[in-house]
Amino acid sequence: MSTIIIDDNSAEAVEARAKAMKSSYQFKVYFWRIFILVLFLGSWELAARLGQIDPFRYASPSAIWLRLIEWITEGTSEGPLWYHLWVTMEESLLGFFSGSIFGVIAGIALGRNRLAADVFALYIKLINSIPRVVLAPIFTVIFGLGLMSKVALSFVMVFFVVFANAFQGVREADKAMIANARILGASESQLTRSVIIPSAMSWIFASLHVSFGFAIIGAIVGEFVGARYGIGLLISIAKGTFDAAGMFAAIFIVMIVALVAEYIMTAVENRFAKWKPQAAVDTQ
Amino acid sequence: MTDTPAIELRNVTRQFLSPDGRSLVALRDFSMTVAKGEFAAVVGPTGCGKSTTLNLVTGLFKPSAGEVRVMGGPVTGIDKRIGFVFQTDALFPWRNVIDNVVAGPLFRGVAKDKAYADAREWLARVGLSKFESLHPHQLSGGMRKRVALAQTFINKPEILLMDEPFSALDVQTRATMHNELLKLWQDNRASVVFVTHDLEEAIALADKVYVLTAGPATVKSVYEIKLPRPRNVADIRYDKDFIAISKQIWEDLKSEVQVAQSRQNKVAS
Repeated sequence: MSTIIIDDNSAEAVEARAKAMKSSYQFKVYFWRIFILVLFLGSWELAARLGQIDPFRYASPSAIWLRLIEWITEGTSEGPLWYHLWVTMEESLLGFFSGSIFGVIAGIALGRNRLAADVFALYIKLINSIPRVVLAPIFTVIFGLGLMSKVALSFVMVFFVVFANAFQGVREADKAMIANARILGASESQLTRSVIIPSAMSWIFASLHVSFGFAIIGAIVGEFVGARYGIGLLISIAKGTFDAAGMFAAIFIVMIVALVAEYIMTAVENRFAKWKPQAAVDTQ
Repeated sequence: MTDTPAIELRNVTRQFLSPDGRSLVALRDFSMTVAKGEFAAVVGPTGCGKSTTLNLVTGLFKPSAGEVRVMGGPVTGIDKRIGFVFQTDALFPWRNVIDNVVAGPLFRGVAKDKAYADAREWLARVGLSKFESLHPHQLSGGMRKRVALAQTFINKPEILLMDEPFSALDVQTRATMHNELLKLWQDNRASVVFVTHDLEEAIALADKVYVLTAGPATVKSVYEIKLPRPRNVADIRYDKDFIAISKQIWEDLKSEVQVAQSRQNKVAS
């Protein structure tokens, strides 16, 4: 008889079991996460040391780590690491905020105005069909090697994603809810503020998650094409000197920054979207 | 002055375009009068154009022919004296209960303190005082409808339009909501148009029942319901007079329901 008989079905017992199951599940998740990371880094390191892969091209986790330590403590060949990071962040943040603010405004404006939406739809599709990165050289020519050319590239990367989501969010706003607000006495601007924007909010947030990553891409690609500072420049220089560890170190820094940004975004979203229903958990 | 009806639809026809561009007729030569303080119910087969009558009164739709008058005047835009309770959930899910109830007064420019004080009073009347800071998704269907009633009644509507408001509720909750609605209405005495496909609901609540034909809808017959008020909706369905009149109206409605169903079957096959 291998049947497990659970005879204690009191609320406390069920809750305690659910809690225990949840924490053991959490433990499993963390265990496997760390296991996979160690396995990946370990086999990379081992392969590099045993000469299975060429450390000159593929670097190795230890070499990348040493390069990071060197950059942090002694600075890069192009000046302090923090300054490069700050420049890239500044470009990304400016592009992200300007792109999402304009995206939201344009999305809501066109979402509320059918004629304008139909007129502009063609041009938006046209511009949207351009692969964004090919704009980098053009922006460098127009705005020069400084901040503006990267912000502009970040902006176009972010704008269209946020715009499309805000527009769709406005279009999906519940018809009965809109009629209800109108009959309760809402003017057009009150309707926009208290019904349209809040109901488009979940769409907008979904796009902000993706678009911060896009903002960083914009800044870094811009720096590849031509810059005096920034993480993209570090990668570009590392490439020029065949410094694989340097390239991976720069990528690692970008990864960490994007991850932190993602956590911040989720926290902000949870704060705004408290009203959303939470699914009940099955006790079995 | 008391002679002017609250709502008047005179020979109204309403056409609309289907998505593929064909013109369809929802209402044809439709006439209806609701006196001040009267509770009128509109019953008809599903999809016959019942809800269209309400949207004509709100001004969200315009008649293709004929005339719609509210309180003796023509309908131009959305009238502030009108309240509307929807079939679907039309509460704002991101606002908590009390913020949903104050929406109307705040839209209309009532001072914040007064709006919240009024809202607390209305929530007390519908028995939801303890739940004012919960969000709609945390409430049951019946409670959400109560919030919707408070949200509508706080504007003190002189005309109350209801579009199958309780059709999504279970039977017991629905009976409770009927009594609650009658209680609120007794105090406020708005003129009501209550659209439903449930004949018993219509008779239990209303002074007057309009039976519509299968679409395009027009008035088939009108019945005065002379059951005494105040009514207890849960008990009244066993009343002899209630049963008699409901049989009589059902005879009338049955043939229209059959027409509508045979049409649906034709579309389906």
